[in-house]
Amino acid sequence: MSGRELLKVAMPKGRIYKQASKLFREAGLPIPEDFDDTRKLIIEAPEAGMSFIMAKPVDVPTYVEYGAADIGIVGKDVLMEENKDVYELLDLGIAKCRMSVIGLPDWKPVMHPRVATKYPNVASQFFREQGQQVEVIKLNGSIELAPMIGLADRIVDMVETGQTLRENGLVEMQTIFGITSRLIANRVSYRMKNGAIQSLCDRLQATIAARA
Amino acid sequence: MSKPKMFEKPVGLKDYLPAAAKKLRQIERQTLDCMGRWGYEQIVTPSMEYYDTVGVASSTSDQKLFKLLNNRGTTLVLRSDMTSPIARVAASLLRDAPLPLRLSYHANVFRSIEEEAGREAEFFQTGVELIGDASADADAEVVALAIASLKAAGIERFKIAVGHVGFLNGLFEETLQGQAEAQEELKACLLGRDYVGYRERLAALGLSGGVSEELEGILRLRGGQEICDQAMQLSRNETAQASIRHLCEMWDVLKAYGVCDHVLIDLTMIGDFSYYTGMTFEGYAADLGFPVVSGGRYDNLLGQFGRPAPATGFALKTTRLLELVGLEPDGDDSAVLIGYDEAGRREALIEAGRLRDSGNTVVTERIDDGLTHSSLLAAAKPVVYKGKRYAEFLSYTGTLQEHTKGGDAT
Repeated sequence: MSGRELLKVAMPKGRIYKQASKLFREAGLPIPEDFDDTRKLIIEAPEAGMSFIMAKPVDVPTYVEYGAADIGIVGKDVLMEENKDVYELLDLGIAKCRMSVIGLPDWKPVMHPRVATKYPNVASQFFREQGQQVEVIKLNGSIELAPMIGLADRIVDMVETGQTLRENGLVEMQTIFGITSRLIANRVSYRMKNGAIQSLCDRLQATIAARA
Repeated sequence: MSKPKMFEKPVGLKDYLPAAAKKLRQIERQTLDCMGRWGYEQIVTPSMEYYDTVGVASSTSDQKLFKLLNNRGTTLVLRSDMTSPIARVAASLLRDAPLPLRLSYHANVFRSIEEEAGREAEFFQTGVELIGDASADADAEVVALAIASLKAAGIERFKIAVGHVGFLNGLFEETLQGQAEAQEELKACLLGRDYVGYRERLAALGLSGGVSEELEGILRLRGGQEICDQAMQLSRNETAQASIRHLCEMWDVLKAYGVCDHVLIDLTMIGDFSYYTGMTFEGYAADLGFPVVSGGRYDNLLGQFGRPAPATGFALKTTRLLELVGLEPDGDDSAVLIGYDEAGRREALIEAGRLRDSGNTVVTERIDDGLTHSSLLAAAKPVVYKGKRYAEFLSYTGTLQEHTKGGDAT
């Protein structure tokens, strides 16, 4: 492999991006500041030896699994939901939040439980493990609405501060798992570009350790 | 699902048009010839097997097997790999054949529930099995042959990662003695490529600093021969040490083959523990996101068919190799077109036969229109007729006196 080949990094647009690019800069990777506001979809940073693909967060594991990107940054929530065959190399410790079961404060067991969520796989698996058979309803946004208008008796969603829940009179009933962003790698890239990926991993790991 | 449209076929299945089929056959021939030169003889087995024999013995998980019922209600499977069928043959029809057996194959195999694009339900594998030799030399032979086969198929930039299931088994047995559940969890993390989960579980186990560091350190055990030395220091466990010695010896053999440039040792590279019993390996090519070859040692499989014997082998993912080498530009224009009318027919078809016998591709077509003949004869080469290109046009008609002679048409 030529040493000059850029490492293709799939970056999630939005919430995680700002924290991830800050972490990369702290780790001494020269990523230009004006990246943060660009609308371009592919951005090259040859001085850092990388090229960034700006992707919708749920698509990041797909890009990486197929090798369209060598590595990627993605929330554990997406990894759990998408269940792709990729290496999960590093817990970046950023974008911390949790996956929880949420409902109205006066929730009581119902005859035909219905759970609304953006994460149908996560929700089904969790309730199966709990020995409960529930009907999972996939929604794409404003999940909090579902219990308020009687579409579902509970929801499974990501909780960061809990502000939205409080404002809508909902309570967190149970935490399913904690979420942070992860560094993931393609199976082949991890071997073919191991030097570059391992050294990036080491730098990030040192930076994360210094933060803690 | 709604009724399929007429052009549709089941998800995960593919058609190969002439250009792709030609290339696929070429890769098949190149790799099988290469295997043949190493003394591996080709074997053909049926597409369907009994679920209770080959189906159960195969390394493919139950939910990925295509199952069907025959007219007596017995469950059959479409073969999901060639290793188990070959084990069945080696233990039955070839029961009296002396070991070692060197067998090769090219076959289509089937896996269900691979619903996404790029995940095929039917694909081609070309591979070998070396049965009856437990030595490091045998393992190195199949790795070296995998490398030679990839080269024969025209792949240049690739790496083979070699690991050994015994190393982790031994290391865990030593450091986590009696904690079977913890061992299983850690192995599951490594198998699922979840290094974050592996570190988390390790931290949760509350091991002494040294041991914890040691177990985390294996995530970095990847490189050349020096990795063997490092790994040797890590464990006093007999299983682990024997595995490393086996890998060291393999490395020496591979060095003698002169192929070490393509090989790296990776002790985190582990195959399915319930299937592989020793060395495992996977091959990666630049520019393709999925492995192109995988293999390893499976010493327990033949015993399931009643002829216990050590065995090792690999399968090339031929369909993926096809993606890598790509197709040749369209239009093979080395064919000769012979046009004839009723009066010229006999002579034309004799000439076509003569040309075919000497290895040319010849297309014949009845063309009654004399004008077409003269314009094709006058046309510049390559000659284009009905959208196809031909190296040459030969005309055989009763009326047209002269026709271009066949001669050396290619």
